[in-house]
Amino acid sequence: MRLLRMAALAAALTGILASAGMARTVRWAASGDPNTMDPHSQNVGTVTMVLQQIYDSMIQRNRQLGLEPGLAAAWRQEEPNRWRFTLREGVRFHEGETFTSDDVVFSITRALAPTSNFGIFVDTIDRAVAVDALTVDIITKAPDPILPNKLASVMMMSRSWSERNNAARPQNTRQREEMFTTRNTNGTGAYRLQSREPDVRTVLARNTGWWGWQVPTNNGNIDEIVFRPIASDATRIAALLSNEIDFVLDPPLQDLQRLRSQNALRVLEGPEVRTVFLAMDTARDELLYSNVQGRNPFRDLRVRQALYHAIDIAAIHRTTMRGQSVPTGTLFPEQVNGWAREEDVRLPFDAARARALLTEAGYPNGFEVTLDCPNNRYINDEQICQAVAAMWARVGVRTRVNSLPLGPFFAKIQRDDTSLYLLGWGVPTLDALYSFQSLIATRNGAQGDGIWNYGRYSNPRMDELIQRMKVETGDTRMATIREALHLYREDVPSIPLHHQMIPWALRSNLQIPHMANNQPYFRWAVMN
Amino acid sequence: MFSFIVSRILQALPVMFVVSLISFAMFAYVGDPVAIMLGQDFTEAQRVALVRDLGLDEPFFVQFAKFVGNAMQGEFGLSYRLSRPVAELIAERAPATLELAFSAALISLAVGVPMGIYTGLFRHSWLSRFLLTFSLVGVSLPTFLIGILLILVFSVWLGWLPSFGRGDVVRIGWWSSGFFTVSGLKAMILPAITLGLLQLTLIMRLVRSEMMEVLRTDYIKFARARGLPNRAIYFGHALKNTLVPVITIAGLQLGSIIAFAIVTETVFQWPGMGLLFIQSVGAADIPVMAAYLMLIAVVFVTINLIVDLLYYAVDPRLRTGRGAGH
Repeated sequence: MRLLRMAALAAALTGILASAGMARTVRWAASGDPNTMDPHSQNVGTVTMVLQQIYDSMIQRNRQLGLEPGLAAAWRQEEPNRWRFTLREGVRFHEGETFTSDDVVFSITRALAPTSNFGIFVDTIDRAVAVDALTVDIITKAPDPILPNKLASVMMMSRSWSERNNAARPQNTRQREEMFTTRNTNGTGAYRLQSREPDVRTVLARNTGWWGWQVPTNNGNIDEIVFRPIASDATRIAALLSNEIDFVLDPPLQDLQRLRSQNALRVLEGPEVRTVFLAMDTARDELLYSNVQGRNPFRDLRVRQALYHAIDIAAIHRTTMRGQSVPTGTLFPEQVNGWAREEDVRLPFDAARARALLTEAGYPNGFEVTLDCPNNRYINDEQICQAVAAMWARVGVRTRVNSLPLGPFFAKIQRDDTSLYLLGWGVPTLDALYSFQSLIATRNGAQGDGIWNYGRYSNPRMDELIQRMKVETGDTRMATIREALHLYREDVPSIPLHHQMIPWALRSNLQIPHMANNQPYFRWAVMN
Repeated sequence: MFSFIVSRILQALPVMFVVSLISFAMFAYVGDPVAIMLGQDFTEAQRVALVRDLGLDEPFFVQFAKFVGNAMQGEFGLSYRLSRPVAELIAERAPATLELAFSAALISLAVGVPMGIYTGLFRHSWLSRFLLTFSLVGVSLPTFLIGILLILVFSVWLGWLPSFGRGDVVRIGWWSSGFFTVSGLKAMILPAITLGLLQLTLIMRLVRSEMMEVLRTDYIKFARARGLPNRAIYFGHALKNTLVPVITIAGLQLGSIIAFAIVTETVFQWPGMGLLFIQSVGAADIPVMAAYLMLIAVVFVTINLIVDLLYYAVDPRLRTGRGAGH
């Protein structure tokens, strides 16, 4: 009898030990390391991909990138300019502070600070007001129909923790000293930051007390996430092949075939919310980089159409992108609110038509132009430019590709020092306004309008539609977006190419939903 | 001796000045940190404010003067990319690079010198021929390719050694060392071989030709005539005299090992200064790049000085030469 009990005890103990030893660790790699751990300092994917495991926002994205309750259990637009958020009860930060409406007011104010990089998500907010401990009102300057979409990108911090650590505002470049939040975190999220060596290793541990584990859809079983940046493509893939890494966020296209052929590995394919297009100077009377004197060919709609017709997008899709792209005729992909299938139609590839249009516009022998192109920003960006240049050469437009690393490239186009450039545009708010406002609106100095419109395209009708998108709601707004999309197709302010695909590579025993915003959500990751 | 050192240090100052000027001038071409720091969303006013904050609107020589002034006080400012003090970043990365460079230099000397002696003494043996052919490979293959080949063989195919990173490190004060853990030592092997291979082959070829040269000299013939054993001739007389140029080259190469660890560190994701520099170039992180280039200049100047002093110690002719009123 006693022996039996001992045996049972031993068995139980072994069981405990076994389960303790079976901590599920995901070893994850990507080319870049997050530059900071501050949630309001840098609005870039490499930072967000780590921080959104640690910090929650009031409203969160579901697996389809739709909205679902996060730290706010419910929200309503009470008046055109006032939204009310009811917060979840009993939420605690990793260091023990209780999450209250005061933290929301603090976080929104922090995101509004001039040193914040998250202005676009709070630009319409006048102020946030705590009504009681679990109720917050957000007052906007004008009606903002997409405020919840934007708030899904604003992470919530603890006021007392931030103020205690002298981090009530995001880092300022004038500061001489490192800020506490550059390397420390205190969120309410599913994982807490266990250790961090910048550029070497970032370890996250499961927050067993996370409120979200009660929600059935959050079925993740990962105990520990070890993130290691590996900049070299070949090394990153070698590490995956040699079982030193379980998950690579950004495998290079040329290795996909090889990865697919491995039994122990899988490649998840899916589109990214990022659209690659070509834009041209439509403002100057004479182009800076062309042999055409005294006039600007790109001001002529027929020339823009001709260049559009001359692009064999199927060839780019097949050869340059190795099938990893979704050719498009519009400004953003279908995950973005406002997308319309009828408007996502390309001008067909037709070299003869292109030549005819060029002749009609007065360029029977074509012309010369320089295409500015980044060579390390988007997937195969330089190769796309070269392919386009070759296609245009066939209709007589002799294109010189000026390819630059992203630093000099962005500096150049931001000085408007370009005649023609390639750009890829992501849409973090997942709403049409973001693309129209940044890329197509006339630049007028207001926050957001035309800030990435370096061809300085300007169309009063388009501007009117964009201003309406900012305030309208419901079906009226959808109709406005539809009209703007139609106008985009007709007037060709830029030549769309494709939406990027973003393959992820992982071990077969790991399941994680592929997300079009290129963000892994480990609360949904399951390892067998 | 003292005046010798002082004069060398005084010579180093203009070198440092020119290096800093050139490196600073180069930054005009790496792009605009502002574009990268602002991200995707900003207003013109924010852009102008940031340019002013960073002092990028000032004339080149004003910027340069400020930079030199701060650098003299050891103040390199905050990294644009990481928002952390540059001096701290470099101090954090230096151990990784120095340990890697040290291991690479050790491998190249420990393997290169014996190989050089062997091939110098037994010129016609098949092993010598093989080693010489092999050394050609080391000289002609680019570093990144060697690194990737080693990763392919030892990590992907054989699975013996890690393909990236530094393994576990042990902290000794501010220094982090990979020499005291198994994973740290394993992680060191491939990058150290990659980095040291070029030097190894250089040293081998140098020792070999010096050895052959010395063996032809009169004093070796006299030594043989005196009936000294081969061993004493080769190692007591010949090798000692071949070492003068080897010290120079090995010393100078140590500088380049540290400076050009950039490629190796990138291939192996080795968290040293070279990787930091490459990442900083990508982000136009001027404070880090400037500090790194200055540091490398200091390393070269210092190594040159040490090599000169070693010369002094090894070669008595230099001492008498100076004594004779040079």
